[in-house]
Amino acid sequence: MSSAAALSWFARHEIRLAWREWLAMMTGGRGKRRRAVIALIVFAAVMHLPAYAVIGRFADLQLPLGKPELIVITATIFLAWALMLSQAIESVTRVFYARADLDLIMSSPANLANVFSVRIAAIALSVTSMALLLSTPFVDVLVIGGGARWLSTFGVVIAIGLSAAAFAIAITVLLFRLIGPSRTRLVAQILAAIIGAGFVIALQVAAILSYGTLSRFAVLTSDAAAAYAPAPDSPLWWPARAAIGDGVVLSWLMAGGLVLLGFVMAVFSPKFADTVVNASSIATTVRSGTATTSFRGGSRQQALRWKEFMLLRRDPWLVSQSLMQLLYLVPPALMLWRSFSESSDAIVLITPVIVMAAGQLAGGLAWLTISGEDAADLVATAPLPPSRVTRAKVEVVLIVIGVIFAPLVAALAFASVMQAAVTALGIIIATVSAAAIQLWFRVQAKRSQFRRRQTSSRLATFAEAFCSIGWAATAALAISIPLAAVISGAITAAILAATWKISPRRT
Amino acid sequence: MQSDVSALEVRGLTKRFDRPAVDALDLTVRAGEFYALLGPNGAGKTTTLRMVAGLLRPDAGSVSILGIDALADPVAAKQIMAWVSDEPMIYDKLTPLEYLEFVAGLWGIDPAVSGPSAQQLLLSLGLEPHLHERCEGFSKGMRQKVALAGALVHEPRLIILDEPLTGLDALSARHVKGLLQERVRAGCTVIMTTHILEVAERMADRIGVIAAGRLVAEGTLTELRQQNGRNDTSLEDMFIALVDTDAAAA
Repeated sequence: MSSAAALSWFARHEIRLAWREWLAMMTGGRGKRRRAVIALIVFAAVMHLPAYAVIGRFADLQLPLGKPELIVITATIFLAWALMLSQAIESVTRVFYARADLDLIMSSPANLANVFSVRIAAIALSVTSMALLLSTPFVDVLVIGGGARWLSTFGVVIAIGLSAAAFAIAITVLLFRLIGPSRTRLVAQILAAIIGAGFVIALQVAAILSYGTLSRFAVLTSDAAAAYAPAPDSPLWWPARAAIGDGVVLSWLMAGGLVLLGFVMAVFSPKFADTVVNASSIATTVRSGTATTSFRGGSRQQALRWKEFMLLRRDPWLVSQSLMQLLYLVPPALMLWRSFSESSDAIVLITPVIVMAAGQLAGGLAWLTISGEDAADLVATAPLPPSRVTRAKVEVVLIVIGVIFAPLVAALAFASVMQAAVTALGIIIATVSAAAIQLWFRVQAKRSQFRRRQTSSRLATFAEAFCSIGWAATAALAISIPLAAVISGAITAAILAATWKISPRRT
Repeated sequence: MQSDVSALEVRGLTKRFDRPAVDALDLTVRAGEFYALLGPNGAGKTTTLRMVAGLLRPDAGSVSILGIDALADPVAAKQIMAWVSDEPMIYDKLTPLEYLEFVAGLWGIDPAVSGPSAQQLLLSLGLEPHLHERCEGFSKGMRQKVALAGALVHEPRLIILDEPLTGLDALSARHVKGLLQERVRAGCTVIMTTHILEVAERMADRIGVIAAGRLVAEGTLTELRQQNGRNDTSLEDMFIALVDTDAAAA
């Protein structure tokens, strides 16, 4: 087989693997391809509604654009780029550490630089394809409202996808060389999460500090932003101009993305093999202290609780994955702090954000303790009734949530006792709901599968999200419009009841 | 040290998946005996033992462990029993000593008793250099030994092991076999599945052969030879003959 034929064969292999992995993620590994495609079409169709609400008003924009419009469009594109970069860093980290086929590849007589070039290209392709898929409803709305010129937005998505992949590879390889293989995995994944959420959070923080609101647009459309922004002919606005239909700029952007990716492939592909070899040879021996009194002298449930706490504490990757959701608490915490100096009605917004974060975090923790039991046989054969095992595990979730959110609720009590009480109640209900859903939909899994926990049951994932949102809305309404809170609470309880009704534990 | 009291008494045990995995199985294991359960892949050995250990609910039948109805009072049955599967599942982030202390905590063992016993067990399995290392870097054999030590730390009266020697090197296998024989001498009952017929031949007081969810032969090696009609036959030959006959009958 010639070198070109081998490369094309390997590229086909990579695309097939990526497709099957994606399909498994969409179907929860049950291989129901037709259902996945139908669900995707329905999802894409439904997404046109929020897309219209968010972006519909920009469809009539024409060149030349004013600074506020350029800022908003550029910030949106940058946000998309940050999300793609985050996803690409995750993908590159997986290539280094998820070694399902690396032993086979590395032991083959294939040219490793070529093989890894293909793998880098596959990462760029998968990141860009996913972005194209997600952006389609938004572009559709713009094309329907403002004409075919908006189709060039797809070109912008491709260009930023290529550049995001290039940056991700460069960042991860450099990180690897700077801090070594054992820390890169954790740091890269934290970095990916921070990059994904950081831009939105930074805008919110700026909005709170300057305007006392959580709205990102307050900063982007402000006079101050316009005053500091460069002139409309600056290259900084190229992505925005390309998105609106400037063909020449679009060509430059796409060429730039391709050149950047090509450069990164040329520079880093030969080093990829060394990096992978180093990653695979990490010394995994970790010694712990000799004093192991945690499990001694307590009840059986206490032993279970201690075990859960100890496993959580000793797994920084899992902790970081769980606590990343708390990044979204930074803006409301800031707003809380600000409200002490200035009286602001916007403080009401804190309650739903906290309740929703608690629900989401509780869902993750409940999965870890209930489904992610690595020694399921051991616990099942222990002389404890299953109800006591479950109770101990749910208690762990409640304790962790309590420890994390109690300081926030206590701080809130200084601003408003009533709001603090409602928030505390909302946190408890959201936590119990999330834990209940995990109990009803429990599966036996390894803790290392945490990142893919949502694929085991789409229904549980959606129910968990809807309940978190529902309880968050109910808590917010309880403070402002109590009657509406009753209706919102009833709807959320109905969602929870319906989830129980169709759960495998009951049927 | 054998007695007439049954350590395990299974009657009419049945479990169906797509087809009958265990088919109205009757099995009796005496207290203080080393019992080897043999059978080809898919014969129903693991399913049987998982039902006995309380990990799987039978469709029908009864399970009695040292006189305790395991289906009616599973907690009491589990208190005196230990289970080790062929896929050792331990916690990566705990050290072997911490794992054993956790197991002792789950079984409610006094720490003053379980502490020294855990140390001793790990030493006897050759894990001394790794007592304070987290299990995440352990080989399959080391994990198997930690899991086995966990099964023994609460001094069970019935130990059920599913392929316990898989993945162990010769020295480790000898350690494990020695430890199990020591337990049997102390009055404990061991039920073990294995594909290594030589181990069954050397260690087991009695051997049961299961095929298609039914017990097709049972007895001491001598009794099995007598049933087979030839005194010089090896266990391997008898096993193949039994399994072949059963497959042909099915």
